[in-house]
Amino acid sequence: MIRCINVCKTFDDREVLSNIDTTFEKGKTNLIIGQSGSGKTVLLKCMVGLHEVTSGDIMYSETNFSALSNKQRSEERKKIGMIFQGGALFDFATVEGNVLFPLNMFTNMSEEEKLDRANFCLRRVNLINVNHLYPSQISGGMQKRVAIARAIALNPKYLFCDEPNSGLDPITAGIIDNLIKELTIEYDITTIINTHDMNSVMQIGDKVMFIHEGKKWWEGSKDDILDSDNPELKKFVFASEMAQMVKKYHNRLKMK
Amino acid sequence: MNFFASIGKYTLFIHRVFSKPEKWSIYYSRTIIEIEKLGINSIGIVLIISVFMGAVITLQTAYNTTSPLLPTYIIGVAARDSILLEFSSTIVALILAGKVGSNISSEIGTMRITEQIDALEIMGVNSAGFLVMPKIIGAMFFFPVLTILSMVIGIFGGWLVGEFTGVITTMEYIKGIQWGFIPFYVTYSLVKSVIFAFIITSVAAFHGYHVKGGSLEVGKASTKAVVVSSILVLLFNLVITQLLLK
Repeated sequence: MIRCINVCKTFDDREVLSNIDTTFEKGKTNLIIGQSGSGKTVLLKCMVGLHEVTSGDIMYSETNFSALSNKQRSEERKKIGMIFQGGALFDFATVEGNVLFPLNMFTNMSEEEKLDRANFCLRRVNLINVNHLYPSQISGGMQKRVAIARAIALNPKYLFCDEPNSGLDPITAGIIDNLIKELTIEYDITTIINTHDMNSVMQIGDKVMFIHEGKKWWEGSKDDILDSDNPELKKFVFASEMAQMVKKYHNRLKMK
Repeated sequence: MNFFASIGKYTLFIHRVFSKPEKWSIYYSRTIIEIEKLGINSIGIVLIISVFMGAVITLQTAYNTTSPLLPTYIIGVAARDSILLEFSSTIVALILAGKVGSNISSEIGTMRITEQIDALEIMGVNSAGFLVMPKIIGAMFFFPVLTILSMVIGIFGGWLVGEFTGVITTMEYIKGIQWGFIPFYVTYSLVKSVIFAFIITSVAAFHGYHVKGGSLEVGKASTKAVVVSSILVLLFNLVITQLLLK
């Protein structure tokens, strides 16, 4: 479980996050949604310590992460897996090398055990026969899957995903979303996903938090979203033509 | 003020770079890779430049020492001392500041903007140490080798052009390069190359590591890294010369 307690973040004089107070639950896919520039990525980076919070606390279970020293944070971060928007795979390593990296760095496993674990993770994300390819030689969807495999290599307790399906076609995006959901349940991870993709929200959103202009405007489950009265959330959710059609259909069903 | 802020930031960066590694064996293998990337892959350019510079120094000395009072072997002496004292360490360092410096800065800068450095940090890896320490150590280890190669090839280039154009005979050239030889000049040159290696790699890495923005900023950081490290090489050349040769 991760708790954000009155988290504020300012850059110079610009307030990007204002009093974010929420709890992300274990074993669930927690989604942070909002428009581009609403502060989602900044919140995620505050939670993993890539940005320092201006005020407030980030609690990892009972540990106050924002109060830890750099050394203590490094230890805590070994429990974290993160999938970046662009994959952030290491150019200097092959697919296998990327998944092996955390194992080489932080375990005392034998070479054989590390290879077994890397291959297990790659198989888990349905990647076969790509071990010796470099990130530039595989597709965007495959890069995301390698990033997931790398993120789960050390059995993390917390999984952070920054727009994991951005730039992917709807089918591949769905596969990635389902994979993250499956892994969350399988390993009982606290998963936090930044997205502005409503398909993801409806597919895997156990808990959804809507951020607008750096403030928490709404939170609930994916089933509550369509019935919300929050004007900004409605504007966001029903922004696309497809969503408008769904809304009409939903209203028609309710009337019946 | 900005200057002092940069010095402070650079000092903190170097402190992080030389923090205790998470795993020595991985840093060791990265250092070997960096020796190949930064050192062995620079042998070609160093050899080409050295042979031509040795040749040009010999020709220029020959055409400017026309006095019958000066013995011909003085051409060999001048070529040797120019190569040993200045060319093989400083000029080669300036060339490497361009080649190696821009390479390091753009590599690390690209890793920064593609969030690879963030990914390292999230894993609990000291990204500055992991990425930069092997480069600095690799360069400090191999630049002296390049300097020695440059000395040998520069002197060879001088002999080659002397023989080819007839400005000096082989015997006189060999006499010249042996005459009044001070072995400390080699030590002085090697000391300089180690310090220049540190300056070039650390300054380039510093600029790459702190890139903010996109590919345009990576390019700007590379240019800045080359300019700053070149100026620092010249400045430290002056300081070291005063300290070691006075």
